[in-house]
Amino acid sequence: MNFLAHTLEELHEKLVNKELTAVELMESVYANIEETDERVGAFLTLNKEEALAAAREADEQGIDPDNVLSGLPVGIKDNISTKGIRTTAASKILEEFVPVYDATVVEKLKQAGMISVGKLNLDEFAMGGSTENSALKVTRNPWDLSKVPGGSSGGSAAAVAAGQIPVSLGSDTGGSIRQPASFTGLVGMKPTYGRVSRYGLIAFGSSLDQIGPFTRTVKDNALVLNVISGTDDRDGTSYRGDTPDFTEGIEEGVKGLRIGVPKEYFHEDAKETAIVESVRAALELYKEMGAEIVEVSLPHSKYGIPAYYIIASSEASSNLQRFDGIRYGYRSENIGSLEDIYVKSRSEGFGLEVKRRIMLGTFSLSSGFYDAHFKKAAQARTLIRQDFEKTFEDVDVLVAPTTTSTAFEIGGKIDDPLAMYMADVLTVPVNLAGVPSLSIPCGFSEDMPIGMQIIGKHFDEQTIYRTAYAYEKATDHHEKKPSFKGGE
Amino acid sequence: MAINEETVKQVAKLAKLEIEEESIHTFTKELDRIVDMVEQLEELDTEGVEGTYHGLPQKNVWREDKVQQGTDREALFKNVKTRKDGYIEVPAMFDNGGSEA
Repeated sequence: MNFLAHTLEELHEKLVNKELTAVELMESVYANIEETDERVGAFLTLNKEEALAAAREADEQGIDPDNVLSGLPVGIKDNISTKGIRTTAASKILEEFVPVYDATVVEKLKQAGMISVGKLNLDEFAMGGSTENSALKVTRNPWDLSKVPGGSSGGSAAAVAAGQIPVSLGSDTGGSIRQPASFTGLVGMKPTYGRVSRYGLIAFGSSLDQIGPFTRTVKDNALVLNVISGTDDRDGTSYRGDTPDFTEGIEEGVKGLRIGVPKEYFHEDAKETAIVESVRAALELYKEMGAEIVEVSLPHSKYGIPAYYIIASSEASSNLQRFDGIRYGYRSENIGSLEDIYVKSRSEGFGLEVKRRIMLGTFSLSSGFYDAHFKKAAQARTLIRQDFEKTFEDVDVLVAPTTTSTAFEIGGKIDDPLAMYMADVLTVPVNLAGVPSLSIPCGFSEDMPIGMQIIGKHFDEQTIYRTAYAYEKATDHHEKKPSFKGGE
Repeated sequence: MAINEETVKQVAKLAKLEIEEESIHTFTKELDRIVDMVEQLEELDTEGVEGTYHGLPQKNVWREDKVQQGTDREALFKNVKTRKDGYIEVPAMFDNGGSEA
């Protein structure tokens, strides 16, 4: 079974018609992984026996014709807790950690009948934009194996792009779903902050983190978001309002829709001119379909990167204090005192990038720098959020490139942390503002996929999906298949 | 130069990290470039602007105070390295150099 040719609804129909059993589907997943993952390196852990047992059970109980996701396979980013299945955050400090509970999103997927096939690689603790910061594995881009899949959810993106699985979950703190989706030609959603419960997500930047789906098509994406959204008593920051059906009105088109084009997001002098050209062509198409295109400004965009790196790192330095070598996780063998347990376990267990962020965060929160760093960044965040709110008084959605380059060479940026940070310039303001944003494929630059993000108002994912769906129907970028060229 | 090796050592102590002597020079240089970058915020006028500290402006989320089944105690010990008499065992705290915190 080649997933690249089928949507979730098509797979569901085959299961309902008994053209295909859940077990056959699951066996084909592991055959796909066996065939391609030695080259791609998306998975850190597979749970084949449990998945096949769950598929057998689904077949025995019969596929629910009203439940489109039942019996379908899904992959989970390895910073999302799965009961009884190793969850590493791609860190040495959690290499042997086995959670005793499921994250809320995993519970919800199970309730919907989806079957988790395994855990996907990421930058350690989701800190990075290339998955090269994984302490456990290198993941490659199926469109060119010498290139990165993006990050931090690089494994989640690579597995779906390679056709190993039809859908995966990732997490997005500063672009970690949208950027890899863009690098691998997929649809990736960063929902509104609070839309999806963070319970069981290994915390990085708690006021920014959101879980969201990677899929090949827009409707598939909405179907999965339907299932993972909702209020959760175990996450006090989860949204108390209602969850709509995100597929509702998806086919209504963009006639009369006001699409804002934030001028700060169009770097006309960028090296890869194809990116801005592709997004401009998409805007032209929207215009032909009856949308109104309005140039807008988000004047504080340039402060997104500094504000983000202070806030995310400060929150991370606090969140990662729990890794103390005592209750769980790596413990150094080089111990003489209690202090040694903390210092040695952390110093041996964390990788370089994680240490860098903890250090930046600790510095930004330390007395003497708190006002100039953390407080100032929080104020900048307010101005960035207000930029979006003001703009959305006039337009329904914003459309812009997701990234300033397509996927880069493995090893190309890893020695220059600052260059890696700057690459997040078009994705971090969305997290700071808490608004939702979806990246969809919108073209190619020298055979590498280009992503376009559609940013919406708080809790208005529906309009985003509607806008994305109209574009997808009118184009065929999502039907192109990766070549698996390059690499060693 | 916003930070030097002394600052890095001081911050590492707060963060309970050890930066190896041979890499401290490079680490300091990189962190200094990053601190320089984030300090671009200095030029931004934020006079009278309230800070945003949460992802969603939601306050005082309450739940009913009722007894619920917690996680099984044995299960919680699954990831513990060393245990004794139902507790997590750690090296002696006071005999051979305690925490400096």
